[in-house]
Amino acid sequence: MQQLAESMTAGQDALLDIQNLTLSLRDQQGWVEVLNNISLSVKPKEILGVVGESGCGKSMTALSILRLLPPRDSRLGGKIMFGGQNLVSCPESQMNRIRGRHISMIFQEPMSALDPVFTVGYQIEETLRRHFKLDRREAAERAVAALDSVGIASPRHVAALYPMNLSGGMRQRVMIAMALVCEPRLLIADEPTTALDVTIQAQIMDLLLGLADRTGTAIMFITHNLGLVAQSCHRMVTMYAGQVVESGPVKDVIAGPRHPYTAGLLQSIPDSNRPRGTLPSIAGRVPSLRHMPKGCRFGPRCTFSAQPCGLSQSIENTGRREVRCNRWEELELERVEA
Amino acid sequence: MNEVVSSGQTALKADNLHVSFGNARRGSLIRAVDGVSFSVRKGEIFGVIGESGSGKSTLGRCLVGLLSPSGGGVLHGDVDPFKFSRRELNRHRRKYQIVSQDPNAAFDPRMTILQSVCEPADIAGEGTKAERRKKAFAMLDRVALSPELANRYPHEISGGQKQRANIARALMLDPTVIVCDEVVAALDVSIQADMLNLFSRLQEQLGLTYVFISHDLRVVSHISDRVAVMYFGKIVEFGPAHAVIDTPLHPYTEALRSAEPEVNPAAAEARQRIILQGEIPSAISPPSGCRFHTRCPRVRDICRTQEPQQRELLPGRHVACHFAEEMLGEKERRGLGPAGRNGADRGAAATQMPT
Repeated sequence: MQQLAESMTAGQDALLDIQNLTLSLRDQQGWVEVLNNISLSVKPKEILGVVGESGCGKSMTALSILRLLPPRDSRLGGKIMFGGQNLVSCPESQMNRIRGRHISMIFQEPMSALDPVFTVGYQIEETLRRHFKLDRREAAERAVAALDSVGIASPRHVAALYPMNLSGGMRQRVMIAMALVCEPRLLIADEPTTALDVTIQAQIMDLLLGLADRTGTAIMFITHNLGLVAQSCHRMVTMYAGQVVESGPVKDVIAGPRHPYTAGLLQSIPDSNRPRGTLPSIAGRVPSLRHMPKGCRFGPRCTFSAQPCGLSQSIENTGRREVRCNRWEELELERVEA
Repeated sequence: MNEVVSSGQTALKADNLHVSFGNARRGSLIRAVDGVSFSVRKGEIFGVIGESGSGKSTLGRCLVGLLSPSGGGVLHGDVDPFKFSRRELNRHRRKYQIVSQDPNAAFDPRMTILQSVCEPADIAGEGTKAERRKKAFAMLDRVALSPELANRYPHEISGGQKQRANIARALMLDPTVIVCDEVVAALDVSIQADMLNLFSRLQEQLGLTYVFISHDLRVVSHISDRVAVMYFGKIVEFGPAHAVIDTPLHPYTEALRSAEPEVNPAAAEARQRIILQGEIPSAISPPSGCRFHTRCPRVRDICRTQEPQQRELLPGRHVACHFAEEMLGEKERRGLGPAGRNGADRGAAATQMPT
């Protein structure tokens, strides 16, 4: 914690700074590269949206930050700087002090993230007792307070229930309570509302943003719902096939996407004002990891694909925005209109 | 023999339909669908919107004859499928297909895609094996799946491709009505767009009638002609898709509309956010009076005791809320007539978007 505080005062403005992160995983067919030179940062108190289709590497980035991948079958390269430490090379004992305390995570499916044989109260206590010197009674009190803070009506009663006794929305509230109980500096929320109804989604998002604001927690918000990003994030990063293809302030990116992939995602959103059957879509799908196209990875699906796209694309930085497309300045991409 | 005889233009009709589960005497009766009436015209796309637990999937399953009603009835054209014997019903409902949400659960992992797509025709015993295979390839072509994928197993293809194969299979017996139950919910947004385009194309080519069930307002309003909004087993509002989405006249529809994340910053700022409190109440003990009153932002005393009657407020627009007239009045005063709101949003967007 000492280190963390120092790094903040030393004028480093990013809370989490990922530089050229690469990740390879091993399966029966050998090693394959999953993430390619990912660079992104999260500032203190910032809410960063990470978007992209399934298979683009969003969740893999999250799992790499927390080092939750099997150590024998994964290889990390590059740097993940957090609180003056490089998480890529930091020892497991140190990671255990960081996970749940300084960086915590909420998963998409709360049922598989909660342990079915312990009460939810006990599971929150466990997190607290792991990181703070508390006896069971104090921990239990704080667990109840945490459940209360996420808007659960009778927290003392709910603390004694098992995950199976709760609805999907309630489970996700419990997950949020657990993730925020140690007041981490960074919360990674991986599709936290995808399994929920829109009305419950609105409740959960409201709660999450309110709590993060109160505790000063920064959020890395992984989703494929661009509407949620538009309404809750400060900056956004678009990922495609294991690379960052665009980043910038949410308002600017949505008003004028520079990468054809971001533009395609924005246009694919159904809209009652468009005539039926004419919804623009992105043809094809995310390439398989072992058969990455040469040059621009989005090339084979891109409607603007042309000569320079076969060359390797480097990410271009123009102040607050980045784009990985050699032709972005000449393209006229459609903006989102109501 | 049991071919659907067209009665005017109606393809499907639900008449005061009830579907219940459980046992009333043991106090565990669940009225999943509780008095629903509507009719779907031939070639129409009828959308059904609601949260989980609203009874929309139960409704869909009953419409194609997979569940029997516990009260009221369903008409296919002008025949009542539930009057048939088991054998006749099985034959009859070949024309009434359902495509469900999870394409992973819809395929036998030990059968190839071709075998799965052929299966309905194999069971129906239509034509020779070669003819059935030929038809299966034609259907795969219709849903834009390349024939190379036919001999793959389900785990070898993507979710979007599986959902296409799922549709191809539903088309094998030349249905007239397809109930689409959350067919795009499990797919990425870009693939979802593709799939919606496919559904509209098939509808035009084959003259199909769809009942399109989804929790996603955007999806339903994009594809449907008319929509019904369900809450707790009842239809609270129904009418033309655009009108219902753009000027909701029931507080529940209004809340659903505002809960939907908005990409366009101008439209997001222009609208009023309503966050519903609580969740759908327990199915075993429904609230008294209006079932939405426990979560309704406009709740008043009358809602707790009296159940609102469904009435036609504007031509073709049916609402069941005590204060629907009041809401209509408010919207008209704000100058957002039944079709006006879109225009207003577009105008706002045009002035605020940098060009």
